[in-house]
Amino acid sequence: MKKLLILFFFKILFINNAFALIEVDITRGNLDPLPIAVSPLHVDIKSEAFDGIKIKELGENISSIVEKNFKATGLFNPLKKEAFVQKPDIAHLKPRFEDWRLIKAQALVTGKLLVKDGKLKVEFRLWDLAAAKEMTALAFTTTPSNWRRVAHIISDKIYERLTGEEGYFDTRIIFVAESGPKNQRIKKLAIMDQDGANTKYLTLGNELVLTPRFNPTNQMVTYMSYFRNMPRVYLLDIETGTQEVVGNFPGMTFAPRFSPDGKKIVMSFAKDGNSDIYTMDLDTRVVERITNHSSIDTSPSFSPDGKYIAFNSDRSGLQQIYVMRSDGSGVKRITFGNGIYGTPVWSPRGDLIAFTKMRKGRFFIGVMRIDGTGERLLTENYYQEAPSWSPNGRVLVFYRETKAGTKGEGFSAKLWSIDITGYNERRLNTETDASDPSWSSLLSK
Amino acid sequence: MIFNKNLKNILLVVFTTLILSACSTAKKSGNIDGDVYTGKETVKFLASGVPDRVFFATNKSSLTTAARETLRKQATYLRKNKSLNVTIEGHADERGTREYNLALGERRANAAKDYLMTYGISGKRISVISYGKEKPVNPASTSLAWSQNRRSVTVKVN
Repeated sequence: MKKLLILFFFKILFINNAFALIEVDITRGNLDPLPIAVSPLHVDIKSEAFDGIKIKELGENISSIVEKNFKATGLFNPLKKEAFVQKPDIAHLKPRFEDWRLIKAQALVTGKLLVKDGKLKVEFRLWDLAAAKEMTALAFTTTPSNWRRVAHIISDKIYERLTGEEGYFDTRIIFVAESGPKNQRIKKLAIMDQDGANTKYLTLGNELVLTPRFNPTNQMVTYMSYFRNMPRVYLLDIETGTQEVVGNFPGMTFAPRFSPDGKKIVMSFAKDGNSDIYTMDLDTRVVERITNHSSIDTSPSFSPDGKYIAFNSDRSGLQQIYVMRSDGSGVKRITFGNGIYGTPVWSPRGDLIAFTKMRKGRFFIGVMRIDGTGERLLTENYYQEAPSWSPNGRVLVFYRETKAGTKGEGFSAKLWSIDITGYNERRLNTETDASDPSWSSLLSK
Repeated sequence: MIFNKNLKNILLVVFTTLILSACSTAKKSGNIDGDVYTGKETVKFLASGVPDRVFFATNKSSLTTAARETLRKQATYLRKNKSLNVTIEGHADERGTREYNLALGERRANAAKDYLMTYGISGKRISVISYGKEKPVNPASTSLAWSQNRRSVTVKVN
């Protein structure tokens, strides 16, 4: 991961906060997305070849990733390039604001790049066309093979400047890639960029693997594996590929997640028909029992300050969501609505809990406040579960399965995302069927 | 008064019919009783007359009369074959969250194990594994398939 680290030569060159600049409100569903023109980055003619990368098209390719990112937010409307009124290199120096306004653009992104001595130098600017001002600018240098990440970092910076919120484009999703018939599914751990590119498979599919989750620095993953037919929680170092069983439990461990400081794993341990929640400190290897109840206690998720754990339990009869202090004290049920509740996941902002709700044979993904009030169901379907938050707490990714026919035909599992406004539901591109997504934090933070 | 009494009788009649009809619809349809599978379609046998699996109601791990009968046969068989060890696999249907279903499968397998132990089978001879909803025996998305998938299966290991 370190080698991916990007060297920022100089950060924001110049921000102009002088007067009312364009702003995008992301707290509501946006039915009027901001028209934005993303000019292809100008490729410096002094650019040299770099193995396997099409230098001439690099400017176009970067800008089209930026456009796709923007389009996927539902907040921006990237305009067609045929209508563009200036050449990329000239627009980057000084846009003719009045001409760009004619094509109804409100914001313009320009930039240039140079590949030289095995390095990719990129510079971009964001222009407010109505105010005829530069809003932000950034230049950085990285290795040319990182060009897709360059596009994502540019997207993040622009999103940040226009919405006032951190972006989520320079991120990855770890998930379970699925293939084969429904009753003989092959499952592999897989990792991809947030936009579906660069998929890599981390296991071979020889054993069943489930529920991978990133640690806060995105270098480690905890997941469940049936390796040697022993269902246990594992810890995997993505960089080195080394893995180990977490703890020495005489039975099934499952439903793992990291604590927000990455030092502990919280999980369930099932023994003699009873599942309780445990933590293990990864440095000291000390195991602590957090719940002690004859019911099923599982799907634990820490609050971002590490002080609380949300989980689901059937201690009242059917699955409901509970919150307790991270030492297990002060258990409080927070869901009382009609239906069954599971998979609570604390938002990275700390203010909301995402969940799965089952009611009358239908499955919902929703969010509620951490005391259980203000429940909002975002999406309803035949089967869907396992929400995971984008690092800025604005989008949820989850998986959805279709109804199968009498021989299991027509079955599929796909990743979907939806804004917490309830708008902008979309399917993520994956090479195979997919489930159990977990969103990383920003890679270049 | 008379009117009231009549009304009461009518209401009683209405209620009884409602309850009766509710019972008759919920009771049996094909091979499902309540929502527990009672058929033989997916059942295999450890030995002649010894079914390998028992079925459960939605979200439940309690043993039905039929399940207890099956497990008694398994216990008798295990008593006769003292060197035989088994694994009990616990399973859930697809209509629940993955992690909860893992726990539910474990609870079902242990319900079967505990019952075998009450017939004198040593717990050392029985291991337990949950597959949650990961290994459906019937891949269809129907109530029949779900009832066949809510099961614990006793498998010989030696």
